[in-house]
Parts: sequence; C-alpha cells; structure tokens
Amino acid sequence: MARQVLSSCALLLLLPLLLGPQAPLASAARHPALWPLPMSVHLSEDLLYLTRESFEITHGPSSTAGPRCFLLEEAFRRYHEYIFGYFLSPNDHLGGTQLQKLHVTITSADSECDAYPNSTSDESYKLVVHCPVAVLEARTVWGALRGLETFSQLIYKDPYGVYVINESEVIDTPRFGYRGVLIDTSRHFLPVKTILTTLDAMAFNKLNVLHWHIVDDNSFPYQSMAFPDLSEKGAYSYAHIYSQADISIVIEHARLRGIRVIPEFDTPGHTISWGKGQKDLLTPCYQGSEKTNSFGPVNPILNTTYEFMSKFFKEISRVFPEEYIHLGGDEVDFDCWESNPFVTEFMKEQSFGKDYRKLESYYIQRLIDIVSSTNKGYMVWQEVFDNGVKLKQDTIVEVWKEEFYRKELADVTAAGYAVVLAAPWYLDYITYGQDWKKYYAVEPLNFAGTKKQKDLVMGGTAALWGEFVDATNLTPRLWPRASAVAERLWSPKDVRNLDDAYERLAEHRCRMVRRRIAAEPLYIGYCEL
Amino acid sequence: MARPGHVGALLLLLLPLPLLLLAFKTPAQQTEELGAYVWPWPQKISVFPNQTFVLTPSLFHFQYSAASVVQPGCSVLDQAFVRYRGIIFGPGPWVTPDQPGLKQKVKSSLEVFVAVPGCDQFPEMNSVENYTLTLNDDHFILKADTVWGALRGLETFSQLIWRSAEGMFCVKWTEIVDFPRFPHRGLLLDTSRHYLPLQAILETLDVMAYNKFNVFHWHIVDDPSFPYESMTFPELSRKGSYNPATHIYTIGDVKAVIEHARLRGIRVIAEFDTPGHTLSWGKGIPGLLTPCYSGATPSGSYGPVNPILNTTYEFMTLFFQEISSVFPDFYLHLGGDEVDFTCWRSNPGIQAFMKEKGFDRYEKLESFYIQKLLNIVSSYKKGYIVWQEVFDNEVKLSPDTVVHVWKELETLPYTKEMYNVTKAGYHVLLSAPWYLNHISYGQDWQQAYKVEPLNFEGSPEQKSLVIGGEACMWGEYVDVTNLTPRL
Repeated sequence: MARQVLSSCALLLLLPLLLGPQAPLASAARHPALWPLPMSVHLSEDLLYLTRESFEITHGPSSTAGPRCFLLEEAFRRYHEYIFGYFLSPNDHLGGTQLQKLHVTITSADSECDAYPNSTSDESYKLVVHCPVAVLEARTVWGALRGLETFSQLIYKDPYGVYVINESEVIDTPRFGYRGVLIDTSRHFLPVKTILTTLDAMAFNKLNVLHWHIVDDNSFPYQSMAFPDLSEKGAYSYAHIYSQADISIVIEHARLRGIRVIPEFDTPGHTISWGKGQKDLLTPCYQGSEKTNSFGPVNPILNTTYEFMSKFFKEISRVFPEEYIHLGGDEVDFDCWESNPFVTEFMKEQSFGKDYRKLESYYIQRLIDIVSSTNKGYMVWQEVFDNGVKLKQDTIVEVWKEEFYRKELADVTAAGYAVVLAAPWYLDYITYGQDWKKYYAVEPLNFAGTKKQKDLVMGGTAALWGEFVDATNLTPRLWPRASAVAERLWSPKDVRNLDDAYERLAEHRCRMVRRRIAAEPLYIGYCEL
Repeated sequence: MARPGHVGALLLLLLPLPLLLLAFKTPAQQTEELGAYVWPWPQKISVFPNQTFVLTPSLFHFQYSAASVVQPGCSVLDQAFVRYRGIIFGPGPWVTPDQPGLKQKVKSSLEVFVAVPGCDQFPEMNSVENYTLTLNDDHFILKADTVWGALRGLETFSQLIWRSAEGMFCVKWTEIVDFPRFPHRGLLLDTSRHYLPLQAILETLDVMAYNKFNVFHWHIVDDPSFPYESMTFPELSRKGSYNPATHIYTIGDVKAVIEHARLRGIRVIAEFDTPGHTLSWGKGIPGLLTPCYSGATPSGSYGPVNPILNTTYEFMTLFFQEISSVFPDFYLHLGGDEVDFTCWRSNPGIQAFMKEKGFDRYEKLESFYIQKLLNIVSSYKKGYIVWQEVFDNEVKLSPDTVVHVWKELETLPYTKEMYNVTKAGYHVLLSAPWYLNHISYGQDWQQAYKVEPLNFEGSPEQKSLVIGGEACMWGEYVDVTNLTPRL
C-alpha cells in the first residue's frame, strides 16, 4: 500500500516546491483546489494527517483576540464542520505525522472582533502549515476569516479516506477590496434563508459585499418603522416582507463572515412600489391636461418629497451599520416628468429649460445632501455621473452599462471618482455553455488611464437581477459563475490560465455542493460524494 | 340550475351531456372565469362561473363507480386516489366551513368510472387517455376509457380546485371533455453526462404527471459514463460508471423508475445509443470499440462500436436480450446519431472490410451495423426508435420504426426532415425545437410554446404519422443541482 513519504516533525525536510500562482499544482491533480488562488502559495510534498476527534482550531497564545471573540469562536466551529463534514474519519493510521492544531493569531491591538467590516478592512493573512501546529496570522479577524477558508481548502481526503494537508505556506491579500454580489429582492422576494445561504457561499469565495437591491418598481418588501405603509401597501403580500428582525439577522450573518451589507434604495426611478404606500411621492403622469392613473419617478418638485426622504434615510442609516448606502439613480424615464404641467412650471422657474437631466441632478443633489447629513457615504449608478450631477469627491460610481464600459471606467476615474465595475458581470444574462470563462477573462483595469486612475477601481459586483430569478433557481444560477468573478477580484492579475482555473473551479464547485450549496456543474463530470 | 350568461351558437354534442360551451369567448376570458388554471388546456371545457361547490377535506374521497369495470385493488388508481388527496388538500388541519348560511353545495366525493379493464399493465403507445369530467349539482364524476385516462382526469380535477379567502376548497360547476392531441409526449433525461440520483428521476416523473407527459426517454448511457448496472455484463458499470459504488442504477433502481412511471401512466423508453456515443462501453467490454490508428499503429484512443467483428454482434445479442426483458415498453431507442467516421477510416481492418463489402461510403458501414442491430432487437419482439441520421443514411427500417427528428440545420431544417420522414411512411417524433438544455435569457418558454409540430408541407396522411414529440434536457451542464428549475 503505497503512501506519501511521511517523516517525524523533527526530521522534516521542507522541500518547498516554489509554485508560482500560474502553474498547475503538479502533485495534486485536483488537490488541493484553492479558490480564489492566493497571492502566494508554497506547497511541500510532505503530508500531515488530521482527525476530526483530535484536531482543534484555537486562538494563538499571543493573539489579541480570545474566547470572548464570538466572531472567531463561531468561525472555528463552522470551519471544523466544513473540514470534517459529518463523517467520522478512520481511526487507524498507518503512522505518519499528525497536525494537531491550528492557532489563529490576531496581531493588531484592535482585532475588530465586534466591529463591522468596512471599505478599509485588512483582509490579509499568513498561513504556515507545519507539524504539529499550523499558524494563521492576520492583523484583524477579517484576515483570519479569509485564512480559515483557505486552510479548509488545503485539506483533502487521501484514497484511504484520511484527511490530509500538505505542509505549506500561504501569504495572501486581495487585489481588490470591494468584491460584491448583487441580489434583487423586489422583482422576486427572496426568503431570508436564501439570502443567508448566499452569504455562506460568498464566504467560501472570499466575496465581501452583499449589494442588497432591496426595493424597486415591482414590490417594496422592506418594512419601514417610520413609514409602515410602504411595505403594507407595496409588498407582494404580507408573506413577502423583511421585518427589522430579518434585516438584523442578515446583517449579523454577514458580519460573522466579514461581509458588508450595502442596501440600495434606488430613486428617483424604479420607485412605482413606493407610491402605493406613500401618497404624493411619485409624479402623476398627464395626458395633455388630464391626469392619468399612472405614475412616474419620484416627484422632485415637492417639499414633501424631501421631508419624506430625510426621515426615510435617517431610518436607513440607523438600520444598516454599513457606512455606504447605494442611492441608485439609474434609468430615470423623463416622459412622465415631461407630461406633468407642474413639473414643467418648475423647470421654467429653475431655468432648466428642457433639460430634464438638470431636474434629475437637482433631485439627486438634494438627496445626497440629505444622506450626507447622516454621515453615510454613498454609491450611485453611472447615470448620475453621466448626467453631470455634482457629486462629493468620495462618491463611488458603479458602472453597469455593457456598451463602452471601458470608456466609462476611464471617464469616471479621470474625474477622480472611485468606481465599482458591474457591467461585464451581469450573471442574470444566462447563455448556453461555459460562460464562467468570459466572466473570468474580464480584466477590470483594462482601460486607458493613469496608475492614479486605476487605483480608483475599488472592485466589482456580480449582479443577479431578479426578473427571472427567485429561491427556486437562485443558487445554481449564481454559483459557480460568481466564483469566476470572485477569483478575478481577489487573485493577482496574472492568474488567468483557463485550464488551471477549470481544474480548481470544478473541485471548488464540488466542495460547495458538499457544503450544501447547490452550485451547478461547469461541464460533464461528477463529484465524489 | 342557473345557466351561463352566454350560450354558444355551436353546441358540440360529443357526449349525451348538455355541454354549454363558452363560445365566443377567448381562452383568456374562459380562464379568468374559471377561478383556477388548467395546464395543459383541455380540448373542451365549460364552466358555470357563478356555481361553486365546496369540498370538505376531512370527508372528501375518490370512489370507484359501481358500474366501473375497475374497482379497488387496482394499484394505479388506488395509489392515485391517495396521492391526489394529498396534492389537493395537503396534510391539514383544515378550516371547516360554517354550516349555517353556507351558500355553496358541499361535495364529498368524486366518482371514478373506468370502462375498459386493465390495471396491472404498462401504458403503451396506443393507450387511450381520454376522459370526461362532470362537476355539477347531480354528479361529480370522472369517466375514462382506461385507467390512464382516469389519471389524466385526476390531474385536471386537482387543478380546478382553489382555496377561497376563508380557506375553503372550492371548485366550479365544470364540464370537461379531454384527450391528447398527440399520443407520444415525452421528456428526455441524460444520466451519462451527469449522474442523476434516483430521487431526482422520481421527482421528475411526478412533475411530468402534473403536465400530462406520458413518455420518459431515458438516455441512460453515453460517452462519459455508463451507470446502468447490467446483470449480463457487470463490468460495463464497474469500469464505465463515474463511481461504481455511488453513480450507478441497480436493477432495483431501474425497476423503481419503471413502476413509479407506470403508476403515473408514463412509459419508460430506454435509449442505449450506438454505434457512436459509446466510449464508456469500451471500458468494460474490451474489443467492443474500434481502435483508432495513427498511420500503421493504434493511437490508443477508441471510436464507435466496431462493426466488423462477430464478437460485437454476439455482445449486442446478449446485451439487448437483457435490455428487452428489463424494460417492458414495446419500444427501445437505439440511438444511431452522430457517428464520427474518423476512427473507422483510420483502422486498417475496417478499410479492408469496406473494400471486401464494396462500401464506397462509411454511411454504408454504419447502415450495415444498424441493420444487424435492428434485426437483433426485432428478434426480441421490440420496436425501435432511432435518431434521424439512421433514416438519413438510408438504413432499411421496419415499417413501425419511429424516426426521431432532432437536427435544425440551415441545409436541413426540421420541417423539411419531418416531410422527408413522413413521406417515406415512417412515424416521426419531434425534438428539434425543444432542446431545453439550450438556455437563453428571458421568457424562452414562449419559443417552445409557439412551435406547431404539423407546420410542414405534407399530406394529411403524412401529418398523421407525427405521433408527438419530446422535450430534451441533455446533461452537459445539468445535474441534480439545477435540473428542476431548468426543466
């Protein structure tokens, strides 16, 4: 029975196989399959074994976090389960060296254990797997979470069913700090359970932003304390509502995985459902001089609009601890505004002429002032920038239109704004075949610009708009396609080899399935159960 | 007894029941008045919109008519009665309707009458699936020629019921006469590109029944894996499956599928596709596949089944003897698609054989193989379905062969193929516009819906040869994680 050569710890000769991030892992066929690929990985051929019963993940002796850090305690429990599954490992070992512990050591004075992750969170970590104790070092708990995921990915079963791990060293930090997934809970309500499962899968892929497009034209599921009629009248039904408790659950579940929850309350367009519960918020459309029964975008000419927005966003800024709010601002249809005589009158008063972008600008400006007064930063879709709205310098612009998105990146960054890229990653646009490859091939910095401009690219978002998506098909549609985006945003720029990526991603997908994420297959094949 | 607002000028007296049709109303208007939605839409349906009955879940039961030739002990219907009670009412508890002031009449049973005996058989190509459903003051009765029709009627009945705002189970005064336009309404699953756990197949059969599908086309093996556990040749799955412990279908699994399908009036047609699409067969049967050559030496890779060896036909004889006995349906699907000639061409043994036989094209060699295979299968008293290439390559087929049209090419659109096949007198199945594995963004169900199978130039005799079609869910990108939402 041939086995890998194992020797006792003291005589261990570390043969570091210097493996650049691009070369396929020689000895391992599909093991270990790391996704996203860390910045630097050194694997030796020496294997250590682990057993469920005796392996422990604990705080390192010099860690600034300890047993009172619930975030880490929870993570230790969770990752122990992910590693060993629900099965007992064989008790007999043919000798060999055992890995007994993983010490997790936070090095910064402030571990940030009870904090929320934010745009500047340090997610770097260093992992040294050495007999008998592996050490995971990170400045903050956020890096520790990323390191735990990588550690769990290094472990695999040998042909005898024994859990093994290569002696190895990993130094890792993400290329981009904003790595997001957008979910749309207005076109279709998503049960909380589905959102939590999505957060779990995001953590497996080191994605760190949940962009929650929570309301839109079709339904308003957010239950507001200040304006309960919004969901009372605007949700699909009483069964299709997110209570404050639901929101808290999502935010905490995300926090424990180092994921920021950025809510998007998109205005002035995409707001039909708001008008059901908030009279006079939307612009009444006219046909000639006759008021029709239909409504358009938020009415920008009434003071009541801004009184409402002020009160509403004050609540939002309290409910969501995240420092950024996404204000939307996309696809504002001017037809209704044009039809409304009062709006026309207002345009005249303001000397906007016939340029309704100026009216949109006026609205957004006032909205931004309102939101700024709550001490939140804000994100907007690209139209807000395109239409010449005056933005604060720390606004983040999200580029979503596919046509000429590289030019848009250049323009936005040339104007000095930070940018997040969604355009090439609209995962709701399904097609036949291995479309993960085209998401993987995107290079976010592939646009004409200076280094200073390119530094303004914060990251990107894999968007799963909800027109054709609900709990029945969300998970297979998101995964593993979003994993391609995850690696593009985390790993170094030159990690692009599709063959290597296929091998690792196919195994990573099987791993997600084993962890109860119904990720769909990449291509013909099977997963070991 | 109130009468509906509109009395159709055309009174179709198909049965001695006074059917008052909602003539001059569009199907959409009829749907709106129904209060419930039926899918697929029945041939003839009329509803009295203001007449509603209430069903009491704790009492409601299906019962065999006294006059029915099928009575308790008929497994198909006994089990269907239990199943449909569950589907309609759920597990409970239920709201009890207030007795005083209850305006609607309460109904506590649906009588089921079956005219023709036969309960332990398997559904067939020519099984009669007609039924009528009469839900009025005097009668609540489902009448069908066969138990298969009764199953269809039960499904429709379950779709007519809705829950009122107070939680009561309601159904309107309804008269339905229904029968399928096409007798072969199939779904193809591919368990070779990705193994599908037994549970996934059984659940798919359940959903098929909800949609009145009646054929499960089991494309069970192919190039990537051979999950079918053969009793005669156990090496096939032992060597050819993805994992012989976890990714196989035992004879027990196969029997479970066949019975689960039977109880839903669904035929199981197995496809063992040869001579192409057979790489996984070669793992367990050395010598079955053609060794490809690189010049004068074998290259190490293999191609289609080797048509020149006697051992091939000895194998096929034994193998299809087993298959013929395991799968009770009269038809087997023998595949015959996409045979790549490159390997055959490279093999010197085959080149010699071609010369010997005077074959100038490799289609003739393919024909030669298929002919012998068809004869083997015929000797087991089975009929066969073949993919269109077998017809296109001019193989001699028995008259009751069914040709399965799947290609859509600029040079040969499927409408033309439908014409060609029916002109030659063969029955035809249509799949070409229904490759559901070809996903795209948006409401692509509409493209599938708009297809009109008889939209090809041909005589009425030709069109009568179209026995139906199949939606195909090939498995390159599909396994249990995404099968159901994709289907």
